[in-house]
Amino acid sequence: MVAFIGVVFDGVAYGSLLFVLGVGMSVTLGLLRFINLAHGAFAMFGGYLAIALVGGGVPFAAALPVVIVVIGAAGAVVERLLYRRVSRTRPLDQVLFTIGLAFMASAVATFVCGPSQKAIALPGALTGQLHVLGLGLGVYRLFLVAVVIVITVALHLIVGHTRFGAQLRAAVDHPDAAAGLGIPVDHVFSASFALGSGLAGLGGALGIDLVGLDPACPFKYLVYFLLVVVVGGEGSILGSAVAAVALGVFDVVGKYYVPGAGAFFLYALMVVSLLVLPHGLFGRRR
Amino acid sequence: MSASPGLSDGRWRWPDTVLWLVPLIWYVAWPDHLLLGSQVIITALFTLSLDLLLGYAGVVSLGHAAFFGLGAYTAGLLAVHGWREPLTGLAAAGVVAALAGLATSFLVVRGKALSQLMITLGIGILLYEAANKASSVTGGVDGLSDISMDRLLGVFRFDLAGKTAYGYSLAVAFAGFLLVKRIVASPFGLSLRAIREGAQRMPAIGAPVGRRLVAVFTIAAGLAGIAGALLTQTTQFVALEVLGFERSAAVLIMLALGGTGQLYGAFIGAALFMGMQDLLARQNPAYWQFWLGLMLVAVVLRGRGGVLGGVEAVRDRLRRTAR
Repeated sequence: MVAFIGVVFDGVAYGSLLFVLGVGMSVTLGLLRFINLAHGAFAMFGGYLAIALVGGGVPFAAALPVVIVVIGAAGAVVERLLYRRVSRTRPLDQVLFTIGLAFMASAVATFVCGPSQKAIALPGALTGQLHVLGLGLGVYRLFLVAVVIVITVALHLIVGHTRFGAQLRAAVDHPDAAAGLGIPVDHVFSASFALGSGLAGLGGALGIDLVGLDPACPFKYLVYFLLVVVVGGEGSILGSAVAAVALGVFDVVGKYYVPGAGAFFLYALMVVSLLVLPHGLFGRRR
Repeated sequence: MSASPGLSDGRWRWPDTVLWLVPLIWYVAWPDHLLLGSQVIITALFTLSLDLLLGYAGVVSLGHAAFFGLGAYTAGLLAVHGWREPLTGLAAAGVVAALAGLATSFLVVRGKALSQLMITLGIGILLYEAANKASSVTGGVDGLSDISMDRLLGVFRFDLAGKTAYGYSLAVAFAGFLLVKRIVASPFGLSLRAIREGAQRMPAIGAPVGRRLVAVFTIAAGLAGIAGALLTQTTQFVALEVLGFERSAAVLIMLALGGTGQLYGAFIGAALFMGMQDLLARQNPAYWQFWLGLMLVAVVLRGRGGVLGGVEAVRDRLRRTAR
């Protein structure tokens, strides 16, 4: 029983990571129906940036906000320069375009940082285990869960209680009507894209210790992002959080108890959920 | 897509002759590169099957390699277990892939582009994982080897230089081309195009949209399976990558590079893609990835419609200046 709780906890931590990584993609997909398959590239560069910062003597805790800001700014620039040109085209064009960007990002990462797995030096306070009621919990995993709770609350406050959040919700519900009411849908999109990219970068940095970092990352986690979006429902932050944690638990518990099946269950879950819940757990019918 | 080059009537025209002269010239001019040549032909057939699905019917797929891989494994497993006759093996692979296409088509065609993408992606990855885990049957990541084929038609032995493989692939691809050319010029093909242009209006004139899409998905899956079986029979090996996401993405990329919905685009795209891959990946796979990404971005931003779209645009401009 104790072992089972430990495994579930690992799953929750893993799911928390998936949430940070994937929530940005969910928002942009829900907002402008923009399929950004290069979302993982922002996570990857966030990871490399964090390694460079920590390697250069910046404390881990200080490196994380820097990663969010820098990757978020990069996201805003990329959105302005590139994504805007394809934001109103066919889904197929968006898919090809963003896969192209992901390929380029992966190649650049190979060229600059090398093809091998990278590790990050965590501060001593975040390593080791905490013993609670006979249960050994990884401190870093606890830290991950805490970060995600903070982010979820912050996002909830931003979306639910600010002017920007109201504009965002209106734009998600009905972009044309929102634009007709004078809401600058383009700017709202840019801002949420930047926010999502920054969070992906943070996820990339936080994930190094858990899942590693290499130039194949943009493709390795693509399926997980899609899963979070599909199961959670496009554009729903709460849905993304629930879906991500559920997926994390499902994946870790599955791999632990049925190692032979690998990720098979996860993909089956994706197909089934697409069929049963075409709008996700919390998605709205359009 | 709207700049369609008129409705094809399925007749043989001079571009068809040019298209099929190229592989014949290749055979004479570069007899040392027949292996690359047959790979290109097989990939072109695979791309053609996606063109039928995406270019004509407008169904988007990110998991088309599932059917290619099913065909490849069917042909490979038949040969490993003693059924070494190539043509019946090829047919069996086509049938298996088509049946799988039929079974999954119901899940795919009912959604819009986005859910089509996700469902096909999911099916593709699911099959990849299944083949990976069922390593006692498929060989897993090590692949399926020890495949040997009987003589083709009882006459032509599969030789090391790949002459038989080249001729075999060429003949099958040619038959596939004729079939697709016939299909897209038929009333069925016309209804596919009409569905692509406006799926909501088609029921109003009494066209069974769902049934048409199921049919074309099944045909495209079968053709993809035949292409996969060709790869197995000519290389005598099945790698797990036949089912991989990279292959699904690559075939989409080739089609986009060549141009969708015009049959020739599949061949131009496959030749261009594999030629460049051969040149660039030899130096460094990472460079190849970079140029591949750049090509995709350029195709979407600048040359909508790929190579053929570009040719079309140039021709339009020449015509306008001539007037």
